[in-house]
Amino acid sequence: MSLLTLENVSRSFGGLNALDAVDMQVSPGEIVGLIGPNGAGKTTLVNVVTGALRPSAGDIRFEGRSIAGKKPHQIGRMGIARTYQVVQPFPEMTVLENVMAPATFAARAEDMRTARLKSMEALEFVGLAGSAGTIAAELTLAGRKRLELAKSLAMNPRVLLLDEVNAGLNTAEIDGALTLIRRIADNGVTVIIIEHLMKVVMTLCSRLVVLHHGAKIAEGTPDEVSRDPHVIEAYLGTRYSRNLGAREAAHD
Amino acid sequence: MTRIIPIVVVIAVALVACLPLLGDNYLLRLGTMFAMYAVLALSWNIIGGFAGYPSFATAAFFGLGAYTGAILQGAGIPMIVAWTGACVMALVFAVLLGMAILHLKGHYFAIASLVVAEVLLEIATSWTGLTGGGMGLNLPVLQISIEAQARLFFYAMLTIAVLALLMNWLVSRGKVGFALRCIRQNEDASSMVGIDTTFYKVTGFGLSAILVGGAGAIYASWVFYIEPADVFSVLLSVKPIVMAMLGGAGTVLGPVVGALVFIVMEELVWRNFLSFHAAVLGLLIVGLIFFLPNGILGLVRRRRAAGLKPEEEGAA
Repeated sequence: MSLLTLENVSRSFGGLNALDAVDMQVSPGEIVGLIGPNGAGKTTLVNVVTGALRPSAGDIRFEGRSIAGKKPHQIGRMGIARTYQVVQPFPEMTVLENVMAPATFAARAEDMRTARLKSMEALEFVGLAGSAGTIAAELTLAGRKRLELAKSLAMNPRVLLLDEVNAGLNTAEIDGALTLIRRIADNGVTVIIIEHLMKVVMTLCSRLVVLHHGAKIAEGTPDEVSRDPHVIEAYLGTRYSRNLGAREAAHD
Repeated sequence: MTRIIPIVVVIAVALVACLPLLGDNYLLRLGTMFAMYAVLALSWNIIGGFAGYPSFATAAFFGLGAYTGAILQGAGIPMIVAWTGACVMALVFAVLLGMAILHLKGHYFAIASLVVAEVLLEIATSWTGLTGGGMGLNLPVLQISIEAQARLFFYAMLTIAVLALLMNWLVSRGKVGFALRCIRQNEDASSMVGIDTTFYKVTGFGLSAILVGGAGAIYASWVFYIEPADVFSVLLSVKPIVMAMLGGAGTVLGPVVGALVFIVMEELVWRNFLSFHAAVLGLLIVGLIFFLPNGILGLVRRRRAAGLKPEEEGAA
């Protein structure tokens, strides 16, 4: 039983096909990696699923119901949350208020007190509870990325789409983020992650979907995908696959 | 601090309400103007301050309210009912207008809202049968003494000013204000966190109109005679913005403080610059943007925040 289904989804901007008849199925509990070169249509796919963009053609179903063409706030309330590649805090509000917004509106907490409690929980989960009173604009980049995560968690999501949460973070910060994402998935949230770091994708994801020029060119386990000649040509490059082969040979 | 403020506000309102006791008609007229300005600035604050949508539609709501009240009263409907009708008219108009133009952002929204008053002015000027056209419209004269009239309209204006203040207070504490503050800071992110941005923007726009319509109707009853150029004047859109920014847009008390400072300046300074008081207004706006981006209250708050630790500030 698939939780999120994309059927023949296309989106074009003028003459450009940013998404071209993409089929995709995500089952509950999966961590799916969405990879592909720049301009492949990954962020467009996230935008189409979350309602920021309407699909030009095709259907998107969430828990069996069509969500294509619904507004972002409706989709958010149904349980699909996202983070942005470029973080989008409410800059003048405190960290706590930032998280209270989704708790109040998307998760529809009964009152401000409940929203505050839920938000503190989310902040503790991502390790930002100590900065609850800080103005969001004053956080470091890593802090703002955590804030994005806390905001999306406060929506009580069933599906979480992460758009390059690790971009711009240093190695230690990336390790922290990975631990967090794993814990989120362990709590039963289905995760779709856009990521350029192959190391992250290979260790985190149970399944990968590869986009190129808006079309899906491959799908499968990280192992299968990294051997796929189309993927190597379009995205990974021959040197990466040779290195991967060499590393595996060394392991054997 | 937060507990003292409501008490101070109640005392201030009570003191203003004692103004008729002084028996000075000039002061009473000034007090009525102050209350009217406070209504306009507080109302603009909902859409312009909280939601950050630079609306120039205040004159449209005011003029619409004035004409609705005047026409209803002319038809023999009791004054209070006519005033209420003006509120309803402004609200309905704002909701419909909001659904049409609130998807525009920034300058585009400002221009669209600015044009509305001009269109209504043209309609009021041309529709002679209903509005008396450019000749204006006379209202029935009340059969009570001049002093009693002055007191009546002062208390009427003061009442809706207090209502406007209450509205701002409730909005700032509730869900609507939270949603509007989110929308001001990042509208795309707002819809992503589940905020129905259209609904809240239209609600905010409606709230910013309802009491302005009432103020327009009370103004019409007060001055007995209205004409299109008077009640649809673009200054009625600009002044509330200046007042709200002067005091602190997006705060509950800022617009009131701004209205007070503004009316004092209008009376004391501009009387001496009769011929170019529009230029003084322009200079004031420029000065505001450069030196007081957060208004007078913003200045006070920054002073206070500087002495607090971040945690305390968050709890306040």
